[in-house]
This record gives sequence, C-alpha cells and structure tokens, in this order.
Amino acid sequence: MRRLALALRMLRRNAHAGEARVLAAALFIAVASVTTVGFFADRVQAALDRQANELLGGDLVVIADHPIPPSFFDRAREEKLARVETRTFPSMVAGPGGTSLAEIKAVGEGFPLRGRLRVADESMLGDGEIEGAPKPGRAWIAVPLVARLSAKPGERINVGRASLVVERVITREPDSVLDYFGLAPRVLMNLADLEATQLVQVGSRITWRLLVAGEADAIGRFDAAVRPQLSRGERVESVRDARSEVRVSLERAQRFLGLASLLSVILASVAVALAARRFSQRQTDGAAMMRCLGASQADIFALGAWQFVALSAIGCAAGTIAGYGAQAVLAHWLTGFFSVALPAPGPWPAVKGAVIGLVLVLGFTLPPLLRLRGVPTLRVLRSDVPVAEPSSLVAYGLGFAALASLVVWQSGDFKLGAIAVGGFTVALGVAALAGYALIRAVSRARAGAAGPWRYGLANLRRRTGASLLQVIALGLGIMAMLLLTLVRTDLIAKWQASIPPDAPNRFAINIQADQLPEVKSYFKDLGLTNPDLYPMVRGRLVRIGDREIRPADFTDERAKRLSEREFNMSWAEALRADNKVVAGSWWQPGSGPAFSMEEGIAKTFGVKVGDTLTFDVAGSRFTAPVTNLRKVEWDNFKANFFVIANPGVLEAYPASWITSFHLPAGREDVVSRLVARFPNLSVIDLTAIMGQVKRISDQVSRAVEFVFLFAIAAGLVVLFAAITTTQDERVFEGAIMRTLGASRRQMVLTQLAEFLAIGLAAGAVAAAGAVGLATVLSERVLGVPYEFNWVVPVAGLIAGGLGVAVAGLLGTRKAVDSPPLAAIRAVS
Amino acid sequence: MDATGDEHELRQASAPAAGQPDIVRVEGLTKQVSTPDHDLTIVKSATFRVRAGESVAIVGASGSGKSTLLGLLAGLDVPTAGRVWIAGEDLFALDEDGRARLRGRLVGFVFQSFQLLPALTALENVMLPLELAGQAEAAAKARAELARVGLAERLGHYPRQLSGGEQQRVALARAFATGPKLLFADEPTGNLDSATGAQVIDLLFELNRENGTTLVLVTHDAGLASRCDRRITIRAGEVSAG
Ligand SMILES: Nc1ncnc2c1ncn2[C@@H]1O[C@H](COP(=O)(O)OP(=O)(O)OP(=O)(O)O)[C@@H](O)[C@H]1O
Ligand SMILES: [Mg+2]
Repeated sequence: MRRLALALRMLRRNAHAGEARVLAAALFIAVASVTTVGFFADRVQAALDRQANELLGGDLVVIADHPIPPSFFDRAREEKLARVETRTFPSMVAGPGGTSLAEIKAVGEGFPLRGRLRVADESMLGDGEIEGAPKPGRAWIAVPLVARLSAKPGERINVGRASLVVERVITREPDSVLDYFGLAPRVLMNLADLEATQLVQVGSRITWRLLVAGEADAIGRFDAAVRPQLSRGERVESVRDARSEVRVSLERAQRFLGLASLLSVILASVAVALAARRFSQRQTDGAAMMRCLGASQADIFALGAWQFVALSAIGCAAGTIAGYGAQAVLAHWLTGFFSVALPAPGPWPAVKGAVIGLVLVLGFTLPPLLRLRGVPTLRVLRSDVPVAEPSSLVAYGLGFAALASLVVWQSGDFKLGAIAVGGFTVALGVAALAGYALIRAVSRARAGAAGPWRYGLANLRRRTGASLLQVIALGLGIMAMLLLTLVRTDLIAKWQASIPPDAPNRFAINIQADQLPEVKSYFKDLGLTNPDLYPMVRGRLVRIGDREIRPADFTDERAKRLSEREFNMSWAEALRADNKVVAGSWWQPGSGPAFSMEEGIAKTFGVKVGDTLTFDVAGSRFTAPVTNLRKVEWDNFKANFFVIANPGVLEAYPASWITSFHLPAGREDVVSRLVARFPNLSVIDLTAIMGQVKRISDQVSRAVEFVFLFAIAAGLVVLFAAITTTQDERVFEGAIMRTLGASRRQMVLTQLAEFLAIGLAAGAVAAAGAVGLATVLSERVLGVPYEFNWVVPVAGLIAGGLGVAVAGLLGTRKAVDSPPLAAIRAVS
Repeated sequence: MDATGDEHELRQASAPAAGQPDIVRVEGLTKQVSTPDHDLTIVKSATFRVRAGESVAIVGASGSGKSTLLGLLAGLDVPTAGRVWIAGEDLFALDEDGRARLRGRLVGFVFQSFQLLPALTALENVMLPLELAGQAEAAAKARAELARVGLAERLGHYPRQLSGGEQQRVALARAFATGPKLLFADEPTGNLDSATGAQVIDLLFELNRENGTTLVLVTHDAGLASRCDRRITIRAGEVSAG
C-alpha cells in the first residue's frame, strides 16, 4: 500500500513524460478499439442475425411433423415473444385452366414476423414488398401457378374443398429459399380457411411450424428451454442453421471484425513495449539513486509496476468509455441501414477490454521492469557501469505468449489468430534481419555522402541497436497501416466481387431424365450459357461404419438435424472445377462404389476417409466407403452436394436433375416460358438470398472501415513511440553540435538523413510484410485469391521515407530548436 | 568478531571521537577489475576503522581509487576480497537488498555531480528517501530540511533551474533528511567554484555537527582535508590510515 501511494505520487511526477503518455494512449486505443468492436459487433451481430432471420420469417422456428405441443406456445408467451403458427403440406390445387401440385402454406395472424413477402404488381412485370399475408378467403400464389392453373388475380382456385380468391402473385417469400429442394410452387392462405379444405386428416403430410420473434435474450431463453424438450419429429431452426451461403458470409463478417480489432491490439503491444522500454531507460539513474537511498529491488520493481498498472487503469477506463461512445456513434450512423433496430450491447465487451489492457501492460512492461530492478547501485558513482539486460527472449516471450493468447481469444478463431500471430512473428524476424542488413548497407554508403548527410548516416550506425528497434517498430506500424488502408480495400473488394455478376441466380429443379435433351436445347435457344445439369437423389444417412445413426446420439445441433433429414446426393464421373479434394483422392473410372463427402459435413458427423456410409434411398439400403472429402465453395450459388457417389451406385434410384443458371435482369419471360413448357419444373429465385449476402458484406465492410481507424491511430502511436526512443540522445547531441557551431540547416539535414534511411528501411520491410501477410490472409482465411498490387510497396516506401522523416523532424524539433544550454542542462 | 570487542585497542586520547565504538571497520578490502589487457587492482588490501562521530578525509591523486573505496564502504559495489562492517553489520554478508536497507537506515550520500533526479523538484528530491523509508510527513520534513540549507524559496524548482551550488545544497538536504548516522561525500565541491564550494563545505560541517553524523569525505583539496579529524591517504590503491 505504501508502495502504491508512492508509485502514484511518482506517476504524477512522471505524467508529463512522453513515455507515460504513449503508454496510456496505446492502451486507450487498444481498449477503445476492442470495446468498440465488442459493443458494436455484439449489436451488429444481433442485427445481422435478425436480418438474416427474415429468411426464416422469425427469429426462431420450431418445426414438427405433428401439432406443436402447447407447452412451447406457453413458453413463448412467457418470454413475451411474438408468435405465429403455419402449416405446410403438398396438395393438388385446381384453377380455371388446369391443376398442379402445390405446396400449401396456411399462416396465422401476424405472418411473417420478420421480413416481408414480395408480390408482383398489376402489370406482372415488376414486384414490390408487401406487409402481412392473405386474409381469410384469399390466396396468394407463386408465379408458376399463374400459368399452370391459368389463374390470374381475381379468379378462384380450389384447395381441397375450399374455394379461395387469388389476390396476389408471390415473387419471393421470406422463408421459401430455406428448403427449396423438392418443393412445389407455393399457395399461401389463411390458417382460418384450413379446416374448410378438409385436407387435414390422419396421414396427411403436414409440417407444423411455430415462428417466434423478440428480444435476443428472450429468444435465447426460449431456445434453451425448448431444445431439451424436443421429441421425435420436432426440431428448432435458427438462421445459423439455415442456408450455407448466409452462414458462410456471416462467419466471414465476424472474422473481418475480429481481424480489425486484433490489429490495434498488436500495434498497441508494440507501442506499450517501446514506451515501457523508454520509461525503464529514463528511470535507470533514478533507480540507481533510489537503491543508494535504501530502496530494495522489490521496491524498485513494485514502484514501476504500480505506475504501469495505474496508467493502464486510466487508459482502460477512458478506452472503454470511448469505445462505448464510438459504437453509439457508429450505430447511429448505420441507422436505417439495417432493416431492424440494433439491439443494446451487453457488458462483456467492457470486461474484455479491461482484461486486454491488463494483459498488454503486464506482458510487455515486464522486461523493462526487470531491467530496472537489476540496475546496479554503483551507477551513482560510475555512469559507465552497464545495466544487465534481462534475457529479453524469456521476458518478451511471456509478453508474446500473452499477446498470442489474447489475439486468438479476440479473433474468436484459432486459425485466424494463429495466422496473425505467426505472421507478425515472421515479420518481426524478417524485419530484424532486413533492418540490420539495410542499416549496414546504408551506413556503408555514407562514404559517398556529403557533410551533414554523412553525420546522419554515421549516427545510424553508431546507434545500431536503437536504429534497428526503430526500423522494426516503424516497419510493423507501417505494415499494419498498409494492410489496413490498401490491402483491406483490396480484400473487401475481392470478397464482394466473389459473387461474380453472372453468378447463377436461379435454380431449376425436378427436371426428369427424359426431359434433359429438351431442357438443354431450350436453354441454348434462349441464348443462356449451356447449364450444368446434376442428377439428384434424396436419401437418408442411416449408418456410419457399423454405427446406427440416431439423432439423439449427436450433441452437435447441426448433426442432429441433418441426421433427421434427407440428403441431396448426386453422382459424377469427374471432379467439378469448383470443388477441391482435401483428403483422400477422387475415384478412377471403373472403381468400386465410393462416396465423396463435403468436408464440413464430414466434420460435423465425424466421418473420415475410409469410413463406410449406409444410405436409405426409397426404402432400400446400400453401403460404400468414403474415398475422399471435398471442399465446396458454398457462396458461388451453384448447386452443390454434401454427398456424391461415383457412377454406378445411384443410377438405379429415382432421380431428378437440377441446374443453376444466370437469368439476366428483364428476362423473366424465359422462366415463365420454361415453366409453361415443362410444368413439372420448379424455378427458384436466388436473388433475395444473393442480395442478403451482398448486404451483409456491405454492412460489415463499413463497420470494418470504422474499426480500422483505431488501428491506424495505434499505428501512429507506434510511430511516435519509435521516434521518441532516441529523442533524449538527439536533443543532447543537437545541443553539442550547436555549441560546436553547427547551423540549423546542417542539423536538420543530419537528422533528416538518419530518419530518411530508417524510414526507407522500415517502409521496405513493411511493404514486404504487408504483401506477404495479405496473401496468407486472403487465401487462407478469407478464401479469396490475392492479387499483387504494386501500389503497396510504393506506398510503403513513400509512407516510410517521407512519413518517418517528417514525423521524425517534428518529433525531434526540440533537438534543433532548443537553446543548447537548456538542452544540455535538461539531459545531463 | 564484533566491533565493540576491540574498542579498547582503538582508543585515541587526542581524537574527539575517542571512546566511541567503530561505525566503519574495514579489513583487507581489495577491489580488482579485469580490463581487456590486464587485471587492475584499484584498492589494495585496505584495513582501517572509523569511529562514530569522527570526520575522516580520504585523500589521494586523481585515479588513485578514492571513489572506488567510498563506493565499497557504502556497499554500492562488492569487493574482490576483504570485509566491511557498518555499525557492526557485516556489509557483504548481506545481499543487495540488505545493503540497500542498511543504507536507507544509516547512510547518507553526497556526490560530486549532485545526482538529483531531473524529473523531480527540489522538494520531491528531498522527499524521496523519506518516502522510500515510509516516513510520515515526508513533505514537512523535506521542507524543513530545505529551509536549513537556505532553499525554502526554491521548493518547486527542478534541478535544471538551479545553479550547481544550489543543487548541491538540495543534495545535502536529501542526504541529511533521514537523519543518517554516517555520511559519505565524494568530492562534494568538485564541480563548484571555490567560494560556492566553501559555502557548501561550511554547511556540510554545520549539519554534520548538529546531527552528530560520522563523516567520510573524499577530496583532493588539502584545505578541506585539514578540517577533518583524521585523514586516510590512498596512493595507487594503497591505503594508509593516519
Ligand atoms: N570498473 C572499472 N573498470 C576499469 N577501471 C576502473 C573501474 N573502476 C575504476 N577503475 C579505474 O580505477 C582507477 C580509480 O578510479 P576512481 O574513480 O576510484 O579514482 P578516484 O580516485 O576517485 O579519481 P578522481 O579523483 O579523478 O575522482 C581509475 O583509473 C579508474 O579508471
Ligand atoms: Mg572520484
């Protein structure tokens, strides 16, 4: 306690020193950045989830093959959740001009809870959003039915025994794309009319759904309460379980935000380490004096440590407040951008920020503190007595380990964290080596330089240690900023562009084998690119090896649900160009029965190459080994399959074909003609889901841009910290040079030469590092190829050379401008 | 062996400190350093005693090893061989922290180059040893101490805003603030002109008398040395107590 009080008094005395401010500023920025991202990501994540939930029609759906137990309704009521019930079942419907199989959906009052339906306008050419759903006595029908039934709005159709007036034509439903395979066109009607259809009888294939929506917490509680009570034939779905495209893009969004805040943390650690080092150097003589005055080594250590802790407490508190403010600004700025209100943030990001601040301080101030602790008392008599530097490998190793775990924790993703940490470690090593080589080379070049330039370059050499430190720190700082300002835009642009403009936006399903030649030529005639047609067979996975699959055996929700469902399987001779084998090998022609499984689903089920799978297709079972695992690009909007068999396994079973194609805007007529020609076909519109993915990426890139500002601020603090490491020396030397008659110009040139050399070296290191790291990040983490951009190295050199020279001159203005006597007295 | 045991042998009728126990006892103290080309013995097997209340001058030419000897006496450095007892405690049987605590309790130090902490004001510099010792009312004591050296008006000034003589007076205030029994001074006037130096020395002796401190002073100023009770001469590391 006595030490704490003394440390606080000392801190007040040291507060005006640059290093104390750098330390506090670095922590402030790191914590502000982490908390901003934390608070904001909390809210954005919730909003994104909710927005994506529009596709479900609610935040959560309970699905059952029998009436939903009343206890679930009660539970939802207790949590004050909005509720709506739907029932879906296939049935023939009849219109004035024909009959068709349709997927009937009877909805309760309030449907949809999230999102809106889109319906065709009167001209049937355009469409728009509409609130609500059909009133009793009305039906809204999907586009294909208009042709098949010859039922235009105003005409009557029969659903079972009920006669309903067609009111609107649906172009998109919020939840239609979720489970589109094997789906007939939609007829939407009111639940009140269901009884009149007399279709609800024992044995009818009805799916009951309970849609709920409300506060995230309440949804969470509902989810947690309901899941354990699920019995056979019941399941819960939320958006995370939904479409692979949306899931993939939400996950990528999280990574981007994680990456953004992580960079500030790494940069801040560099600044903290530099500031603590300078603190330790400036306190060296003070520490020796205090030892002479009777302070123990533990006293010296504790006094320094308490000062750091107090500084970090100030930085963390201010950072958290700033983080909260920044996210509020950000949230306000994005109002109207999200179609749902941003939910309030929770308290966890603040705790997280504090932990990060503390870890940074403890991790990176330890070596300088240990050094200070070991300052020999004899220094009060002889200033040339060296101070033992603690084994920085061990000491900084601790800080590094702390940072590494922080980064992994913060990124919420082991791979991303490991790449970032590994990247910076490699960059650090390379920067050290390259920096050393560059300093040597530059200082050797001084023979050819004139006057002040030569002194400047000579200084560089004399201070090799400090210069190297500056090159490394500046290199890392500039590298992060390059990564942020240039590569980020590249990466985001690439990510957004990863949906090519001609990506398929329609699926046509349920094509029969005998229709294939005709469908193909039909597409060709329409001037559409020759589509790939894939056979599709639906089957249920019943065994893995000799283990019978029971949904209850899986703890993983996804596995549980998938095991209840039928898989869409396909067969193929050759591997598709957009699939990649990641384990095992693709089959050779003529080899025995084999399966290829998508790697994600294989992981979910714990399936490895060599395991045998047994599927039940239309009542008969067959078994074959998995010979390879595939990586699938889910967001290219092509038809993809979890399980593919080699030719000869599935052909005997009833199959239909599926294709995806790009329908140019304004060519909707193609679809109606296609459906008119092949009434059994269903064409599914993917534009809604593509728009969703695009909006997510747009929203996230804005948030990321904002969060990157913190990292840039952290980079600037590193810059400042790096430049001030040699400030005291410079001021002193400057004073001596002035005393010896150096002109202002000569002094400026001397400093300039040194800073320019350091800056160029740092810029070169930074550019190389940024390109390397960007390549790894984009290819390994974001899954988009990186294209080299020559602006990066050029910008690195310019930012390094000019930026450091200007910042350096500004930072050491004191060395040039102070009257020599004042400068000498201040330092000696 | 304990300091008081040998007391009767050391009695010197003429010295004012006669009858007092030894506050410093040095036996076979040797300091050797190795330089790139050869080993250098800076202090050669020094043996002498200083009694409580005595004032002793260590004199010798530049480079003769005075500062090294003083540093060893204060436990700022460790010897190659030999022992030192301060107030009966075997200095080098203690560890670094033990020596620091002993200094905090018993020893004050004044340097040729003042050694004030540049980031601290005059008052804060004087407060520092009091604060480190955990003394209450550090500020009040420090203020009183600065008033004694005539710097009551300069409390808030930083070392760079003070002249050399003023800085050395702050250093004296700092050295006497904790009421040490033993004061080491290494050429306290070395960086001052003779008039200022004389003032500082007068002050030093005055404070020394008032506090009853034992003074061990390094100097090559014969006049200053003659003001002390006794003189220890060091010549190329060879110490001869007189
Ligand atoms: N650690 C060391 N390494 C090498 N030489 C040393 C070391 N410490 C002291 N010396 C040398 O020992 C000699 C004595 O040094 P010391 O500082 O004790 O002299 P001094 O008598 O105080 O001189 P001055 O009157 O000039 O202050 C000098 O020549 C000095 O260079
Ligand atoms: Mg000396």
